[in-house]
Amino acid sequence: MTLMLERPTELQIPAATTTSEKVTGGLVIFAWSGDLDRVWPTLILANTAAALGKPVTIFFTFWGLFPLVRNDRGITGKNWMQKMLAAMNRGGTANLKLSKMNFLGMGPAMMKTLAKQYNVASPQELLETARDMGVKLIPCQMTMDLMGLTREDLIDGLEDPAGAATALAATEGATTLFI
Amino acid sequence: MTVVVARVLDCKGLSCPLPIVKTAQALRTLAAGDLIEVLATDPGSVKDFEAWSKVTGNELVAASQADGVFRFVLKKKG
Repeated sequence: MTLMLERPTELQIPAATTTSEKVTGGLVIFAWSGDLDRVWPTLILANTAAALGKPVTIFFTFWGLFPLVRNDRGITGKNWMQKMLAAMNRGGTANLKLSKMNFLGMGPAMMKTLAKQYNVASPQELLETARDMGVKLIPCQMTMDLMGLTREDLIDGLEDPAGAATALAATEGATTLFI
Repeated sequence: MTVVVARVLDCKGLSCPLPIVKTAQALRTLAAGDLIEVLATDPGSVKDFEAWSKVTGNELVAASQADGVFRFVLKKKG
């Protein structure tokens, strides 16, 4: 670390800045997992990349689609299989599970307490921030069909549901992650 | 010369990535060339603001530390 100065009373501003447009390439994340410990870093990376001025797209597919379900939604699904699936895999940011040390929800509860204690933004907050930062959130149409999720089951502020081609079209010149 | 800071953004207590994200959000309300002063306590923000400045082209005009609070002055890209 080299930047520690005394708090200056006056700042010397260089006469001109020579900085140019440096942001290159976007970020495309394929959010496949619905686990808290994967959704969290996905949203942190997306927000940070957006703050860096990069165009960011997240394509929510398979288990990754469930965090986009509205928290006030009950059991989703159109038939008994989809309903059973939703009962065992509740959607919404309020119901995210840890991929390890879940302990019937005790793990996530402790994680939430720690996050609050250390002022770490929750997935819900990060999701809202991502929307504000212009991150494109695309729900996977095929997953919606498969899991019996309707557009009304999902939160507001999403892009229109689309397929893999739409997500892949955004990857040109972008960094891609599958999380 | 006296420098006018257009906005002071208090990010004390916030963890990664919020100081950077909130700064980017705040920057939207500023005009090109405006200065913003960001206060943060996240030790990671020291490196992060350097990186953010490098990538976005918004200049890191000054950085200092006092009593565990990091202070960054950034200039919105013109």
